[in-house]
Amino acid sequence: MAYSFPEEVLEHVFSFLHSDRDRNAVSLVCKSWYEIDRWSRRRVFIGNCYAISPRAVIRRFPEVRSIKIKGKPHFADFNLVPDGWGGYVFPWITAMASSYPWLEEIHLKRMVVTNACLELIAKSFKNFRVLVLSTCEGFSTDGLASIAANCRNLRELDLRDSEVDDLSGHWLSHFPDSYTSLVSLNISCLGSEVSFSALERLVSRCPNLRSLSLNRAVPIDRIACLLRQAPQLVELGTGAYNAELRPDVFSSLSGAFSCLKELRSLSGFWDAVPAYIPAVYSVCSGITSLNLSYTTMQNPDLTKLVSQCPNLQQLWVLDYIEDCGLEAVAASCKDLRELRVFPSDPYEEDEFDIALTERGLVSVSEGCTNLQSVLYFCRQMSNAALISIAQNRPNLTRFRLCIIEPRSPDYLTLQPLDAGFGAIVEHCKGLRRLSLSGLLTDRVFEYIGTHAKKLEMLSVAFAGESDLGLHLVLSGCESLRKLEIRDCPFGDKALLANAEKLETMRSLWMSSCSVSFGACKLLCRRMPRLNVEVIDETSEVAESRPESFTVQKLYIYRSVAGPRLDMPDYVLSMGEESPDLIG
Amino acid sequence: MAAESGKFRTIDFEETELRLGLTTSKGINGINGKSNYGKRGFQEDTVDLKLNLSSSQGSTVDEAQRTKETAPVAPSKTDPAKRPAKAQVVGWPPVRSFQKNLTAVKPASNEEADRAVGGAALVKVSMDGAPYLRKVDLKQYRNYQELSGALENMLRSFTTGSGGSQGSTKDFTNESRLIDLLNGSESEFDYVPTYEDKDGDWMLVGDVPWQMFIESCKRLRIMKGSEAIGLGIIHQISWIHSIILLDYFDRCSIKNGCVCM
Repeated sequence: MAYSFPEEVLEHVFSFLHSDRDRNAVSLVCKSWYEIDRWSRRRVFIGNCYAISPRAVIRRFPEVRSIKIKGKPHFADFNLVPDGWGGYVFPWITAMASSYPWLEEIHLKRMVVTNACLELIAKSFKNFRVLVLSTCEGFSTDGLASIAANCRNLRELDLRDSEVDDLSGHWLSHFPDSYTSLVSLNISCLGSEVSFSALERLVSRCPNLRSLSLNRAVPIDRIACLLRQAPQLVELGTGAYNAELRPDVFSSLSGAFSCLKELRSLSGFWDAVPAYIPAVYSVCSGITSLNLSYTTMQNPDLTKLVSQCPNLQQLWVLDYIEDCGLEAVAASCKDLRELRVFPSDPYEEDEFDIALTERGLVSVSEGCTNLQSVLYFCRQMSNAALISIAQNRPNLTRFRLCIIEPRSPDYLTLQPLDAGFGAIVEHCKGLRRLSLSGLLTDRVFEYIGTHAKKLEMLSVAFAGESDLGLHLVLSGCESLRKLEIRDCPFGDKALLANAEKLETMRSLWMSSCSVSFGACKLLCRRMPRLNVEVIDETSEVAESRPESFTVQKLYIYRSVAGPRLDMPDYVLSMGEESPDLIG
Repeated sequence: MAAESGKFRTIDFEETELRLGLTTSKGINGINGKSNYGKRGFQEDTVDLKLNLSSSQGSTVDEAQRTKETAPVAPSKTDPAKRPAKAQVVGWPPVRSFQKNLTAVKPASNEEADRAVGGAALVKVSMDGAPYLRKVDLKQYRNYQELSGALENMLRSFTTGSGGSQGSTKDFTNESRLIDLLNGSESEFDYVPTYEDKDGDWMLVGDVPWQMFIESCKRLRIMKGSEAIGLGIIHQISWIHSIILLDYFDRCSIKNGCVCM
């Protein structure tokens, strides 16, 4: 005899569980809990669009209101995935159009979104509210016009970092005059000028607008009047922030900024000229997030701006900040939690440019006790610095270091950087994401396999000496979900020895390594729920490749949907039966 | 030394202005008949000197020619010399495409419109003996005077404590100071701004009209005067020429005229 709470009560209790992991755990308890969970699940996250079919998702969770789907592998951001690889969202949209009429939110990352998709979204979901297209491509401003014209309840339109076929800025004018519900708009990736008067009218009639990220084409002298219409803004991305200094423009801008009492986040500042920067000083004390990664402004003006923000939690900046600027950050921004320093000149060969070194990062690690997340590009590093950073900041959860020259040793001792990264994984017990660079032997993988028990994502390039390195990671890192590797001497042995591990992970990417065609086929036969995809852009016919052929790029991911059907001809799925398999 | 300084003192500045007139009359094709629109190379430089100086012409020509050949590959550690281009690795360093284009001039169909919209003209500025480079956005300045002001500030920040005891502003057009430079007695005037143009040649800043300069300048190098002389990039005479040019351009606002000397 089993007594149980009524379904409504259980559903109410489950509604307090927000993480997918918790909801998944709940659904495993018993059949009735599984059923209650599946009918009440409102948000779904699909980490790999090919891991499951749209139909299967809809079948299990019929009442979804918000869906997030990711497509291409992360290395697609750096042009390692050829065009036409896949990640098409259209099948998802068509399936959801008929099954989720009450869908409110679609979040997509690295997916191909066509105008047809956008039109279908605009027509199918009456209560559609949020569209976030992060690093997507395949659509034009015509598609945006459909969204603007039809989504009466749209709250959020965020195109961050997407590649849009920018035909004109006219699409913005498609928001009807009766439309007033905009809360967040991010058009920073668009090139064309949008109609400024349409933009101004839109901003003035949307009282709930909290976040506005303009594009580069919006000139500095137009910002003030926009800001005056929206003093409630919490996030602002300016357009191009340069012009000849005109006192009237400056004072108007400065006055407008001083009215933004709620402002917490600033970005944009393309081509910023120091002369206009003081116009934002009045908001600096409240700023928690500053993205200056498009700003070519340099010291001392750059440092001066940043050090005026004592409540800063997130800073994205170019290496123009230099070591001295980071020292100032360490002294003034005591609540800093995330630091990203990007290279202003990534392809520069001149080693002379050394104003940003490991010292800047060490300073921040000393001064900012809440620092958790680091992405740092630099040209030199030492084991001593890495050890300092690890000892200073054991609370790091994300550590991504890119020493620009591949295989750079410790510049002081000329030794590999194994010990330094070893210290990071040993001290930072909560580390979830790690990117390695510099000269590294198999040793570093021994440290990682031994210590990085919470590590979920690892990125490796130009490192290691043998299969042992890969083996140590796959066998040691219990929490590993995503592994991406390029230009490392890792091959068949490690992969085949850890085949089962791969099904516990979301995906594995390996390019310019030493994996053979034969091993891929073998892996696929042994692990039926893995999709093993070989990317080969040479023109040879697949079947003629010998077993020993080294594959160019390899993408392995777990899936319950079987091999995908939309592969271009340069992608081979190892799941297909090969007629002649020479063992 | 005395004889040399005596030689320089005989230069009549008015005469140099007249010489400007002489070369412009040679037209766009320049002295050697090449279409060197506005560009002053080493050869023309020495030809100028030939006209101006009575003595030691042959040696200056030879020296200039030799140094023109060798200057780009000068072995000095601080020389931002051209190195063999490394093969670029695909997808490395791992930066997103919108970040790669940050400091590059945007390729557009209409370059003039492009300039109006934005896009920084960032060039590196290195100074001999300084530990690191700086960058300036040439588009932030409207003329040579503004640029020279910015370079002065840079010089000051690089050389604090080392001979910058004179707090007075550096007036490049101050003739008496120029004479002192040539005599080697003014230490802070030991530096000469030079730039590398689109063709890879090292030129003296101030040679060409401002607009042309910002279009062709790839990088700036503030060289020690002695090194600039040694490399044949300038001779002490032409340093004065360039100073006069700065002043001349401001006064005449030359936009399109050939300013070969």
